[in-house]
Amino acid sequence: MASLSHKDLLGIEQLSIEDINLILDTAEALREVAARPVKKVPTLRGKTVVNLFFEPSTRTRSSFELAEKRLSADILNFASTTSSVSKGETLLDTAHNLESMAPDIIVIRHQSAGAPHLLGRECRSSIVNAGDGMHEHPTQALLDALTVRTVKGRLDGLKIAIIGDISHSRVARSDTLLFHKMGAEVWVCGPPTLIPWDFDRLGARITGCMDEAIDGADVIMMLRLQHERQNEAFIPSTREYYNFYGLTRERMRRAKKDTIVMHPGPLNRGVEIDSDVADADYSVILNQVANGVATRMAVLYLLSGYAGLKVKKTSR
Amino acid sequence: MQLILRQGRIVDPSQKLNTVADLGIEDGRVVEIAPKIGTKGKKEIDARGLLVLPGFIDMHVHLREPGREDAETIESGTNAGARGGFTGVACMPNTQPVNDSEAVTSFILERAREVSKIAVYPVGAITKGSQGKTLAEIGEMHRTGIVAISDDGHPVQDSQVMRRAMEYSKLFNLPVIDHCEDRDLSAGGVMNEGYYSTALGLRGINPAAEEVQVVRDLILAHYTGAHVHIAHISTKRSLEAVVRARRQKTSITCEATPHHLLLTDAEVTSYNTNTKMNPPLRSREDVDALVKGIASGDIDVIASDHAPHNINDKMLEFDRAPFGVVGLETSVSLIFDRFVRPGIISIERMVQLFSTNPARILRLERGTLAKGACADITVLDPELEHQIDSKRFLSRSRNTPFEGWKLRGGPTMTIVRGKVVWNL
Repeated sequence: MASLSHKDLLGIEQLSIEDINLILDTAEALREVAARPVKKVPTLRGKTVVNLFFEPSTRTRSSFELAEKRLSADILNFASTTSSVSKGETLLDTAHNLESMAPDIIVIRHQSAGAPHLLGRECRSSIVNAGDGMHEHPTQALLDALTVRTVKGRLDGLKIAIIGDISHSRVARSDTLLFHKMGAEVWVCGPPTLIPWDFDRLGARITGCMDEAIDGADVIMMLRLQHERQNEAFIPSTREYYNFYGLTRERMRRAKKDTIVMHPGPLNRGVEIDSDVADADYSVILNQVANGVATRMAVLYLLSGYAGLKVKKTSR
Repeated sequence: MQLILRQGRIVDPSQKLNTVADLGIEDGRVVEIAPKIGTKGKKEIDARGLLVLPGFIDMHVHLREPGREDAETIESGTNAGARGGFTGVACMPNTQPVNDSEAVTSFILERAREVSKIAVYPVGAITKGSQGKTLAEIGEMHRTGIVAISDDGHPVQDSQVMRRAMEYSKLFNLPVIDHCEDRDLSAGGVMNEGYYSTALGLRGINPAAEEVQVVRDLILAHYTGAHVHIAHISTKRSLEAVVRARRQKTSITCEATPHHLLLTDAEVTSYNTNTKMNPPLRSREDVDALVKGIASGDIDVIASDHAPHNINDKMLEFDRAPFGVVGLETSVSLIFDRFVRPGIISIERMVQLFSTNPARILRLERGTLAKGACADITVLDPELEHQIDSKRFLSRSRNTPFEGWKLRGGPTMTIVRGKVVWNL
């Protein structure tokens, strides 16, 4: 069977183009499971997946959980909105405790960048990064790529504009790495206070001007702006931010006819995106959510292959 | 004579000496350096092939006692110092309680007298509790035995308070050592701000956080006439500012650490918490400028900023782990192997960086092997092959970023007041 060349999925950074294509192809094949009357395959039957969430998360967690259930895995949910440290147990102790119960895969979301890497080094189980601090969110980037590929038929040569709070966004990092790797032209756009140093070295062109970013763009990816940013002196106000970086119908008139609009959610309507735009035909925001389940199924399936499990071959 | 070191290479820039000779010690003092000392010593050491140097002083260490004896004690820290080739260490005041009073200073000195084989030179706090608000009782601490003042780790943010501290320090001729960091600029940061912080998704500490405070101190030093010593300088621009200020005869000295001279922020990519320290590892450009600085003499001192942490505290997520790495047992070997051996600096320069200059800055009667000087001596074997192995540290902590490094050249004997306190 096909499998990834890694034990863990820690980030897009470690993936080759072949890895990415394999995941996307597999996700595409698994997408039809959702259309079946019985939305379940026995692929991970008898395998255990732990969902270790140290940060509140509804959509990513539900998406992983659904993916695991559709693959018939046994699931253990371990959620802690407070940090492991404040509970008096370290992350490593928590992980080692869970590992004693012999899970096959641990899906982790954590506030600290590098937390999945710490587990990857210390644990036998495969680790899936479901978002670590401001670092990476690889499954989000993969589902974004699947969404774009499904609509546009390809990734290479496309202009992708990622707009908003780049500094605090793990999605911006993973998306930039992935789309750049796959041959797209990535632009990131936002106020200079929200663009981190040397971001161009990740493979993006940088602009502060939104019109320049969306000019000729095939994909416009809007990022959520946290309200706190105005209290931390990154922006004067959400009002001013909206005027310069909000995606409005007016701005969309300057975009190409076949541009699609994406957003990793949750939406901040009226701050970074107008309702008119979010709900328009060119918005594929809900496709992203649907593709999220298939993409996560693909990742779990391909990692279980690495772990040497006997998985029934799927015929395509 | 009490002790004679036979036929070592004696290198002592204070006397412009670099020669193979015998060195005789009596009553804890150097009494004779001669090609051949005729009399027999009570104890004799064959120093052929070895370097015999004025005792090295690490002027920036954290001994953690009182307060965090799980990480280090005065005993374990000074044992580590002796093993690392140091005859003396200056210990920073950020203990619990802070060394901001005569009582804490005398506790440290008394404890050192009981357990330490090497000299301990306490540094007193600048402000009470290192809170940055009001001056600590600097005069009383000076009377008790501090050699400098510093709010290391909790740098004074209020420029008026810093100005007063500088003015007041002149009364006692005490250097003011500053860990330069603008806490607003560094807030939340855990590594150098640049490509790597962006790629790793870690909050950055902009080099400006250090540079802004360095420049403030240089300007205050100019107006007050105080002696300011910039601790662990880590950026090119900080060093340029120091060099500029010196041209105007401001009394400024500075130190760099081995880790800032040998490692860049690229090391952080593994999220290894032993690459987390403050100031953080900087860019290649900064490292190159610092190396030039030790070669040219623009940097006066190499100090380790030995910062022991319990292993439990370092086995955390990168952004939650404490800042700091140990250095006492690796500093001398690293500098010898990486800078003296390839000829980037001379052995004379190394002695200035580790002995002559720290002694001068702290006004210690050390840093020389002139006749009558205290017989604090560091002996190095230039051919000693070894590998850094934290399991063998005498320090209670193991948080080194240099684990496994293979080195040639290192300390083999440490002599304090004419007594061999450690040998390999």
